[in-house]
Amino acid sequence: MLDVRNLSMRFGGLLAVDGVSLDVKEKEIVSIIGPNGAGKTTVFNCLSGFYQPSGGTISFEGKEIQGIPDYKISRLGLVRTFQHVRLFNSMTVVENLLVAQHRHLNTNLFAGLIKTPAYRKKEEKSLERAAYWLKQVGLLDLANREAGNLAYGQQRRLEIARCMVTEPRLLMLDEPAAGLNPNETRELNQLIIRLKEDYCVSVVLIEHDMSLVMDISDRINVINQGRPLASGTPDEIRQNDDVIKAYLGEE
Amino acid sequence: MVAQNIKHALFCAVITLIISYPILGLDLIAEGIQIKLSGADTSTYIGIAAAVLIVFLFQLFRPAITGSLSAIGAANPLRDRKPLPQDKRVRLERAALILIVIGALLWPFFASRGSVDLATLVLIYIMLGLGLNVVVGLAGLLDLGYVAFYAVGAYTFALLSQYYDISFWVALPLGALLAAAFGFLLGFPVLRLRGDYLAIVTLGFGEIIRILLNNLTSLTGGPNGVGGIPDPTLFGMEFGRRIKTEGNTSFHEVFNIPYNSDHKVIFLYLIALLLAVVTLVVIRRLVRMPVGRSWEALREDEIAARSLGMSRTGVKLSAFTIGAFFAGFAGTVFASKQGFISPESFVFLESAIILAIVVLGGMGSQLGVILAAIAVTVLPELAREFSEYRMLIFGAAMVLMMIWRPQGLLPMSRVHIQLKQE
Repeated sequence: MLDVRNLSMRFGGLLAVDGVSLDVKEKEIVSIIGPNGAGKTTVFNCLSGFYQPSGGTISFEGKEIQGIPDYKISRLGLVRTFQHVRLFNSMTVVENLLVAQHRHLNTNLFAGLIKTPAYRKKEEKSLERAAYWLKQVGLLDLANREAGNLAYGQQRRLEIARCMVTEPRLLMLDEPAAGLNPNETRELNQLIIRLKEDYCVSVVLIEHDMSLVMDISDRINVINQGRPLASGTPDEIRQNDDVIKAYLGEE
Repeated sequence: MVAQNIKHALFCAVITLIISYPILGLDLIAEGIQIKLSGADTSTYIGIAAAVLIVFLFQLFRPAITGSLSAIGAANPLRDRKPLPQDKRVRLERAALILIVIGALLWPFFASRGSVDLATLVLIYIMLGLGLNVVVGLAGLLDLGYVAFYAVGAYTFALLSQYYDISFWVALPLGALLAAAFGFLLGFPVLRLRGDYLAIVTLGFGEIIRILLNNLTSLTGGPNGVGGIPDPTLFGMEFGRRIKTEGNTSFHEVFNIPYNSDHKVIFLYLIALLLAVVTLVVIRRLVRMPVGRSWEALREDEIAARSLGMSRTGVKLSAFTIGAFFAGFAGTVFASKQGFISPESFVFLESAIILAIVVLGGMGSQLGVILAAIAVTVLPELAREFSEYRMLIFGAAMVLMMIWRPQGLLPMSRVHIQLKQE
């Protein structure tokens, strides 16, 4: 589904990502792990079109997408969250979900101005979808709160819900468990598995919480200093000497 | 503590003296080719001394004074009341708006000519404020050159009528569309800019338009302006004493009533009112449509908006274009009201005043913008007696407003959406 070959990203003299390859199949959770500054988020930024990769190819469902502007990539069904939650803070929770669906709605100005029946129907539908996803992430009661006033864990869940209303094919989560307590992490764990099982979404995950990564990943890619270090199932990674060295340092 | 208070109060008093004495206490008098400096009369000196004393005493007893002021605030029974529930508030707001519109419809028939004329100006500023509110309040793009679109609308009508004899009703959509086109054009170079940089570029754009109008003498008449702009007609009926255009009839003759020059003023007022209501309703709808929401999303977080598939180009251009469109409306009405326009009417100060309306009203809030437009236009008229100090009072009012109510007169409140609970 997603096939990344030899991705590299250069900032001036710094080669932040060098020859990283990644492949994600349907209904699969793939994690990217690595020490701080290894280039994980840079990989995400290349995949989602925020950066133009300096080399390599990215193909998504058979279509090469490197160099395509970010908003077009997300319209293809490749949607991401951010390391630091990025919500529309002064808009309400529902509005956050409605605005994410704007391209499912009739964008014709005049249809909206005179409220044609077709427009109403679509609006109704997007409200239903918003309500559905709020229920899924347990925020239905807070629907009319301002997003910026939610607790941190709730903001994280809202960000995921906001991605899901766009009906993505592949979801990229950048450290979704950062700042969550163990309880919330467990809930997140279940949520991600449910997304995969019930909604046929593939997930690419960057995460430092090893218990989460080992629990839910189908495969793991390890990056160190911009270079791929290892890849395999959680068990293989756990026993890989290179990975242990990179994380714990050499004796 | 007390010693520090006295020191501070003394300092403030001296500053007051330093600022007010040269401005108020000294006068420059021209005698032939010489300019002589002379003192003002005694009453002014007494005034200055009193001001200095007041500042000194206020600063000295400031804690006590502010304490008693807050006691007054606490006595206000409305202070701690709960906000109205959503549905009630929406109904109240709608009722208020409808009442205002009905009142505004009937009012000119009882009011004096001068006040109707002023009210037309207020309505023009309401249109401008609502339009700029889209760009600044909703999309968060600081536009300091908004007056350029106003000028485009006004000059479109003026020039079309001068060269092609085009009437108000044809020029109205043309002016708005041309202004919108300029908004679209300005949108392109500033796509990547935000905040301060955007403000500077739009400021430059506003000046470019004004300077162009000033220097394209062959087309626009330069600083002499364009005159003889026709008044709007009602189904081919003119409001003047004599018919100016062949084929038109005259309002007072058709209805067989004595000629009254007030008719024209009232008619223009009603047109402005109609357009202001159209502006209000259209923008109100837009805000609740995907376009409007994407403006707000862009203001809140551009990166997140892009990651959700919103094109920065589309969203920004639509905000600029729609904002400019309504400025074009306002410009056409303005040209028709004045009958004469020159680049003098479209200086930077106008942009600043429109921006002040948006900020004072509360960013994004329509009712707030309307209130602020009324305040900003009517207050200087009421303060005509102190005409020298009008700007001073205006500035002071702004500063006080920003200290006590930085969110604006009526800050925007979010619409609650009822979700079906299954």
